[in-house]
Amino acid sequence: MELHELTLEQARELLDRREVSAKELAQAFLDRIQATEPQVRAYLTVTPESALRQAEAADQALSAGRSGPLTGIPCGIKDVFCTKDLTTTAGSRILENFVPPFDATAVARLKRAGAVVLGKQNMDEFAMGSSTENSAFGPSHNPWDLKAIPGGSSGGSAASTAAGSCLFSIGTDTGGSIRQPASHCGVVGLKPTYGRVSRFGMIAFASSLDQAGPFCRTVAGAAQVLQAMAGHDPADSTSSPLPVPDYGQALKRGVKGLKLGVPKEYFVSGMDPEVEGATREAIKVLQGLGASTVEISLPHTEYALAVYYIIAPAECSSNLARFDGVKYGLSVRQEQADLMDMYLDTRSQGFGEEVVRRVMLGTYALSAGYYDAYYGKAGQVRTLIKEDFLAAFQEVDAIVSPVAPTAAFELGQKADDPLQMYLSDVLTLSVNLAGLPGMSLPSGFSPQGRPIGLQIIGPHFAEETVLAVGHAFQQATDHHAKRPAL
Amino acid sequence: MQYETVIGLEVHAQLLTDTKIFCGCSTKFGAPPNTHVCPVCLGMPGVLPVLNKKVVDFTIRAALATGCQVGGRSVWARKNYFYPDLPKNYQISQYELPIAERGHLDIEVEGRVKRIGITRIHMEEDAGKLVHDPAAPLSYVDYNRTGVPLMEIVSEPDMRTPEEAAAYLKALRDILVYLEICDGNMEEGSFRCDANISLRPVGQKELGVKTELKNMNSFRNVGRALEYEMRRQAAALDGGGSIRQETRLWDAQGGKTVSMRGKEEAHDYRYFPDPDLLPLVVDQAWIDKARAALPELPQARRERFAAQYGLTDYDAGVLTAAKPVAEYFEATVAAGGAAKAACNWITSEFMGALNAEGLEIGQAKISPAGLAELIKLVEEGALSGKLAKEVFAEMFASGKNAAAIVEQKGLKQVSDAGELEGVLQKIFQANPNEVAEFKAGKQKLMGFFVGQVMKETKGQANPKLVNELVRKLLAG
Repeated sequence: MELHELTLEQARELLDRREVSAKELAQAFLDRIQATEPQVRAYLTVTPESALRQAEAADQALSAGRSGPLTGIPCGIKDVFCTKDLTTTAGSRILENFVPPFDATAVARLKRAGAVVLGKQNMDEFAMGSSTENSAFGPSHNPWDLKAIPGGSSGGSAASTAAGSCLFSIGTDTGGSIRQPASHCGVVGLKPTYGRVSRFGMIAFASSLDQAGPFCRTVAGAAQVLQAMAGHDPADSTSSPLPVPDYGQALKRGVKGLKLGVPKEYFVSGMDPEVEGATREAIKVLQGLGASTVEISLPHTEYALAVYYIIAPAECSSNLARFDGVKYGLSVRQEQADLMDMYLDTRSQGFGEEVVRRVMLGTYALSAGYYDAYYGKAGQVRTLIKEDFLAAFQEVDAIVSPVAPTAAFELGQKADDPLQMYLSDVLTLSVNLAGLPGMSLPSGFSPQGRPIGLQIIGPHFAEETVLAVGHAFQQATDHHAKRPAL
Repeated sequence: MQYETVIGLEVHAQLLTDTKIFCGCSTKFGAPPNTHVCPVCLGMPGVLPVLNKKVVDFTIRAALATGCQVGGRSVWARKNYFYPDLPKNYQISQYELPIAERGHLDIEVEGRVKRIGITRIHMEEDAGKLVHDPAAPLSYVDYNRTGVPLMEIVSEPDMRTPEEAAAYLKALRDILVYLEICDGNMEEGSFRCDANISLRPVGQKELGVKTELKNMNSFRNVGRALEYEMRRQAAALDGGGSIRQETRLWDAQGGKTVSMRGKEEAHDYRYFPDPDLLPLVVDQAWIDKARAALPELPQARRERFAAQYGLTDYDAGVLTAAKPVAEYFEATVAAGGAAKAACNWITSEFMGALNAEGLEIGQAKISPAGLAELIKLVEEGALSGKLAKEVFAEMFASGKNAAAIVEQKGLKQVSDAGELEGVLQKIFQANPNEVAEFKAGKQKLMGFFVGQVMKETKGQANPKLVNELVRKLLAG
């Protein structure tokens, strides 16, 4: 077995037994990046020198017996996380040369846990998109089928994890941006409860929805990464002060005796039959493991898309106002230009089409005279959506559903049809609106060999349950063990 | 036509916290540009605000001191507009649910007390400052002020004259300074005021169209701008015209207001709740704690001074207008200085000297105990009132104590009856006519004798004693 084919747990064992050094492991992944990048294009920046330096430090820690679960584990970082002294673009031309003077809290915590950062990964510009086709630096490709999109917005992270060009990655999920690409690339992607992981240093798209989480090939690995990232951060007032449980321990719980809800609204028209088939099959597996299932209803599901496309653009229109050419990033200053020219030139040259679309949508939705009808109303419906889930969780321990209505589509297929593109997140958006934890894990393949994902949704701060269900499923299946032929 | 003027004020007060409202940067004024900044107050990508609790403490104090309803849940909102001095291009403020509402402030104009309503008090962050290069078409931005905490206090349109507006502003400033939450300096911009003003025919209930006045950076300018705007609006209405709802800037040099932007060009700030900050919940315990820590406020102190020290309302008002002066006065009295005398010294000689030197009372070289000593010397007859002023001037200039100055300059009052008698006998001998006239009943010659004694003693004779001696020696 090649080193890049290891799971995080296997790599951990080899490192701990000193059978492989962190430096060898890092080098193996840097070689894998060299080999796969021409086809996958998952990375925007690769940092071999600092990766090897961090790996050496990890080796020292290992020798000194000061290692933790992530010491020496090579990882990738979605380029939406600020990284100290390392270019951070958010997939946008406007930040092409932006070098943050600080690390995002999530990144700082991974580094502190000993993880080795290989580089920054591709994404839809400012995390707005479902295919990475909105990246200003070109799309990433699905390792299972290079003609297909890897999903988005954290497409680079998902593709890299699937291609074995990192052992794990961290991404962000505002409406499905971790779970949908994880589903399309056949890896595990976990969006924690809103507030579980600090948002400090994550370039904001929609602040009330954004949440960071891990990509990994296994649920067990994802649990370790979450363990390192999670917890209150004094720099993020919206991060939760609740203590972080032992997620490794939670894996052992299994699904026996758990009651799982299957929302009838999540089997939508237009859904690929093989997606529905794989989901029903997965439910049978979980039943076989001792879980009971019951059909539930989340009656306001149909409004989630509309609510999301008011709230997220509204927040982004304000969050992205800071990119104005005055302080950092792109600044377009023509001869004889005044302030307004600088604003207009910088922003129209710096932002891509989808970003402009959402900034305009959001600006409109917040305008005097429209606020109540749009933003105000959307907030009310958001509460109803959340209450749907709270009611369901009175009855069930977790919810299982498909992640996306279809397997990965082809590059270019929906690029010119934003509405079709928005529909690929229809089964994941509600989870963000309600602030719940949700995870995608591999549950099968389409006839063309493209992965299909299963979504597990838990109550607020019940990551333990979500992980337990996912781990049990992976113990009983081998979808996650398959590798794309690259 | 006769018009009634309607004025409402919006005051922005910079709060005297050590650090900014949403980050740990210093709020200190006057540092080199962009040295009190960090990723958070520079609005770098990915940063988040964290509320400085002290800002809330200070605002609660102001709210309690102005009788506002405070507490419960208030919400941070983003006020969106593009300007280079605003790094995020939105200002974090409070909009729909401010921290405090429905308070009031009592003001006194021409002996009449009037209650001015306070609509709301909320907290927000200050913006930076643009620095324009006069030699080139270039502007620079200094973000040191970005994120300095501001408290906005909005009054009801309850004022009817510029005098009332000035009295409200003054009373509000006094309170904030007393609470030690704002330095109240209008010239430096730590206490700023915008005014809404409209006219309506006397007797009409409905409000007229208002204009908003900005850029008035002193109490005097607030008064002047309101006077001007009152006349401008009246002239426009009398001429059959109408008032345009607009924002106008006060031009202090030109002594007029000029249009800045109309209602049509007003910003749509697209306020919405800031998702980066949790709603602020102020519970009763927090309020109780703040209330218990409130100092005595100017009005209460003024009333107490009048009653406790037997001062006139006017004097009590002068002494209590500034907290350090009031405290100086009380310290002087505590050190044994008679209250009336202490009041006279502080409100006349002392304040005059301070003003002439541009000093605050805390910077003076005379301590309250030193002033008390001077007062006692006069009281005991060891120093004449006239010479005491000379001694005071020396104390003020050098910081020496009164007794030492009296000693050094030989200013000690002659209160030795034997010595004065000798002087008087000589004067009587030299002026027999005056002695005869005095004896015959011409009492006003007393002044003549006292004057002669003063001349002989270089002003050091105790005039009271001289009076007594003249009467005694020339009696019968």
